[in-house]
Amino acid sequence: MVSLQNVTKRYGAFKAIQSISLNIKPGEIHGIIGASGAGKSTLLRMMNLLEKPDEGDVIINNKKINHLKGKEIRNIRQSLGMIFQGFHLVGNKTVFDNVAVPLEIAKIAKKNRTERVMESLRFVGLEAYKDKYPRQLSGGQKQRVAIARAIVNNPSVLLCDEPTSSLDPTTTMEILEVLKQINQQLNVTIIIVSHEMEVIRSLSERVTVMEDGQIYEVVEIEPTGVNKSTKGAATFVEQLKSGGDSNPS
Amino acid sequence: MIPILPKVLVEYQSEIWESIVESSIMVGFSVLAALLVGLPIGTFLFLCRKGQLLENRLVFSSLNLLVNIIRSFPFLLLVIFMIPFTRFVMGTAIGTAAATLPMMVIAIAHYSRLVEQSLLDVPKGVIQAAVSMGASVKDIIFKFLYVESRSALVLSMTTSTISFISYSTIMGVVGGGGIGDFAIRYGYLQYRTDLMVYIIIIIVIFVQIIQYSGITLARKIDKR
Repeated sequence: MVSLQNVTKRYGAFKAIQSISLNIKPGEIHGIIGASGAGKSTLLRMMNLLEKPDEGDVIINNKKINHLKGKEIRNIRQSLGMIFQGFHLVGNKTVFDNVAVPLEIAKIAKKNRTERVMESLRFVGLEAYKDKYPRQLSGGQKQRVAIARAIVNNPSVLLCDEPTSSLDPTTTMEILEVLKQINQQLNVTIIIVSHEMEVIRSLSERVTVMEDGQIYEVVEIEPTGVNKSTKGAATFVEQLKSGGDSNPS
Repeated sequence: MIPILPKVLVEYQSEIWESIVESSIMVGFSVLAALLVGLPIGTFLFLCRKGQLLENRLVFSSLNLLVNIIRSFPFLLLVIFMIPFTRFVMGTAIGTAAATLPMMVIAIAHYSRLVEQSLLDVPKGVIQAAVSMGASVKDIIFKFLYVESRSALVLSMTTSTISFISYSTIMGVVGGGGIGDFAIRYGYLQYRTDLMVYIIIIIVIFVQIIQYSGITLARKIDKR
């Protein structure tokens, strides 16, 4: 469904991503973890071409998309939802209008929008907040609105870029629960980037561990003990395999 | 209302009304030009900046330079400098209609710069989210940029309108008339200082009304 083949991304002389290949299985929750600067957000942003690879291919639903332009790219992006650490809601729009924007962009008839927006808001538990503005909401509620906005167009894939990094632990768990429900009830493939081990481990079935713009290892999760003796990406791998929850030293 | 007005204002009331109409024409057309041309140019300037959606160094530099040059002109010199062009476009370089053209030119340059600066305050993340939704440039402008910066755009227009009123006061130099020109011709040149002071008070009242209206509207539509 989502596949990266030998993708490389350079910023000047710096190689942010070095010839990475990765296949995301349809319907899975796939975590991407690594230290700051490992290239995990860049990798995620390549999947909807917010970052275009300098080499290699991005394949969505068996279609190479990295050579597409204009309207074709926009159509692909409309089928991929995305949420961010900073929520990025439009402050001058109500919750309802924020969630309705992707439908307006996709030129869905106005009469069909209301029902779909309310359905999305109901899913994230914010139906009663439809007339509020983002400034009247807590961080967790804002992220729920962003999630409702991301799923309103019935995407096949939801890209999550550090979605809980600015939230407290309780709110984080609530957001992760919403993401799980989206995966299970709406059958949406979820790809989540985070530097938080607990987030990745509690949500993901497979995890790509990154270091220096490369894949260090792809891990199937089996929660057990903790080994804190290793460093860097190795620590992430050890913790994922053992079920530990501390960050790498 | 008339009985409470100072005698000098009653004496010149028809001339004062005429000059207010002339000022309104000049300022009104300037506001219109700022909205219809300055807003798109400012938006385009913003979009062509480094790191923005339509990044284009050549277009940005050229447009940026042009806006800077027009804004750098002392306004009186711009009016005089533009006389041949005004005559070519309007058929005459004298009168209120002819005076409106240089006003419109400075209005476009003035407001486009303020629009560009207002749009710079829109969080980059909002634009990024819009792109990730598959929004076109037109969608991003109308569904995100203008919505998020609308109170700043209103405040910018308020500031611009007040500047246009100030610019209009010297349009007497090309026979443009207007309230400022009236104050100079009837108040200063005919030694009617009281008349000049009253006209200044009228202008100050106009400016206060515009400033108050702009701030009130901007506050009302700002939901952030």
